[in-house]
Amino acid sequence: MKSKISEAFNNCKKENRPALITYTVAGDDTKNNSLKILNTISKHADILELGFAHNTPIADGGQIQGSSYRALKNGIKLKDVFQIVKSFKKKYPNKPIILMGYFNLIYQVGENNFLNNCKSSGVDGLIIVDLPYPENKNFANKCKKKSINFIQLLSPTTSKDRMEKIIKDSHDMIYYISMLSTTGGKLKVSPKKILQNYNKIKRLNPKKNLVIGFGITNKTIKSLKSADGLVVGSMLCKTITNSLKMRQNPVTKLDKVVYNLKKQII
Amino acid sequence: MSLKIRKNIPLIDQHDKNFMYGGKFGGNFIPETLKKPIDDLTKLFEKLRRDKKFLKDRDNYFNNFVGAPTPFIKLENLSDHLGGAQIYAKVVSEANGGAHKIYNATVHCLIAKKAGKKYVVGDTGAGYAGKMLSMAAKKFSLKCKIFMGAKDIKRQRPNVEAMRKNGAEIVPVTTGSQTLVDAVSECMRYWVSNCDTTHMCVGSTVGPNIFIKICAWSTAQISRELIKQVKEEFGKIPEKLKLINCVGGGSSAAGFWNEFMDTNAQFIGVEAGGPRNSKLHAAPLTNGSKIGILHGAAQYVIQDSEGQIGSTESISAGLDYPGISPLHCFLKDTKRARYTSASDEEALKAYQLVSKLENISPSLEPSHAFAEAIKLAPKLSSSEIIIVNSCGDSLKDKDIIKQKLGSYVR
Repeated sequence: MKSKISEAFNNCKKENRPALITYTVAGDDTKNNSLKILNTISKHADILELGFAHNTPIADGGQIQGSSYRALKNGIKLKDVFQIVKSFKKKYPNKPIILMGYFNLIYQVGENNFLNNCKSSGVDGLIIVDLPYPENKNFANKCKKKSINFIQLLSPTTSKDRMEKIIKDSHDMIYYISMLSTTGGKLKVSPKKILQNYNKIKRLNPKKNLVIGFGITNKTIKSLKSADGLVVGSMLCKTITNSLKMRQNPVTKLDKVVYNLKKQII
Repeated sequence: MSLKIRKNIPLIDQHDKNFMYGGKFGGNFIPETLKKPIDDLTKLFEKLRRDKKFLKDRDNYFNNFVGAPTPFIKLENLSDHLGGAQIYAKVVSEANGGAHKIYNATVHCLIAKKAGKKYVVGDTGAGYAGKMLSMAAKKFSLKCKIFMGAKDIKRQRPNVEAMRKNGAEIVPVTTGSQTLVDAVSECMRYWVSNCDTTHMCVGSTVGPNIFIKICAWSTAQISRELIKQVKEEFGKIPEKLKLINCVGGGSSAAGFWNEFMDTNAQFIGVEAGGPRNSKLHAAPLTNGSKIGILHGAAQYVIQDSEGQIGSTESISAGLDYPGISPLHCFLKDTKRARYTSASDEEALKAYQLVSKLENISPSLEPSHAFAEAIKLAPKLSSSEIIIVNSCGDSLKDKDIIKQKLGSYVR
């Protein structure tokens, strides 16, 4: 059986466009709002990444740190994250959800326990920022056995030799980090250069769904639309920050922003 | 299965192929972007530590820039005052810059030069790691950036001024608790974005494995000197010898104990207990914290049941860290070292007593170790020897001491 993540990419390919992948943090700025946000933006987005917040992130920029801080301050716990996924999946069972976060939270609750919770709440995939290849082999296999996608990351520093090994071990989606940066950095490499690298990786195995993330905003998304998928995260977190500052409703704000992102890639 | 330390193998090399000590401490829990820079650095360091020319360079800088060996002295008055064990100090604070952090900083700059990097970045808590890195960077003509918690910038003014004088840019870190833990995170984030041009120096024996190795390999100079000095003083290594050292990240203790690993010397590590009756201690080993992942390595770390890293509080900025070197976790579980803690108040009292009786004046970090020595000495016979690593000078803590005790005496 095909995974929902694979199906989402296939549907986008039929429409000749990249998949739009959003990232928001569970519990930002409240549990309820983050669920409402998922419900609303799922009209436009093809795959939803949901961050589970950690208070000592080593790869996140200011915007996502801010979202994580708000979520933790509001008392978000792992069980709430799964509850949010469950509620969302009740309404939209076919929309893929990917949880993203740091390994310590999984380590504390136990790998098997965590994966069982993923399974029962309907999580489709996982991105673990600080569990690189080959250290992730064991965990990635466990995910596979449960039909949960473990999403491998590639970066501009990844050697070709290493890329080949990682791609061979990957599941239905691979995430290419566009540049040397934490999340939300300003795009310091030209989209042309990013696509050059992207195409090099793509040639190693054209069948794999390869998405680009880091530094993608409404200003840059159009120029990268030949990719299989594009991830927008920090810009959405920033939208929440700004709407809270202006006392506006973050849910309706995000609806508009994600709609506009989508419009640029169809 | 009980963990064991293997003889005749340097402690830093006792890891498995995944860079884990005892199968559960350390490793490299890092973002993909850092895999290659860390891999490159690992290969370079393995080459350099076997390179005679590099070792000669290092020794040259240790002798002429750092000022080796640092003194080994008997604390006659303190020993007489307490009665019991004979107390000695290894006065590492006499090293250039005033603390053990100079060894790690110097080696990192030597490596940065070999790697062809022009920029070096580092974290700092008490300000020593930053001060020394800025000194070494100046010596080696490298541009230097230091990440420091905003709270620490306020409480360690003298070291901040020294860094500025050396031409380093200080980046205040205002996230989280605004102390060392956040400075290390921010420094790592900076490195993720700039690893192509910049060398990173982690200020203690924490972080991804290679940084633990480089740091402990550098501070080992302390015990290389000490083991000679001890043999000169006593004719051999005394039967009953206790080596007491404070531990925050654990870099000075790792260096103080290294050469004595295969001897009978007892190792006692003293963590920061925080203010009396406070629960915000910085003592993960003493207080039975669980293993977790912090800054790329598995270690005993203060955290909640979910895995969120806990806040700590200590009068000593250098010990105010929720984690502890995987090397010390390994030493604890193999029972090679014993760990305990001293409170803020005990450390202050120890600073006062040592400064009053002796010609040295330890900073608040080693004052934690002196507090343990003061507790132990009267219970021991005069044939027993205690050596305390006095790895910092109280001058940097002038403001805090004045505020807590009303006056500052050195």
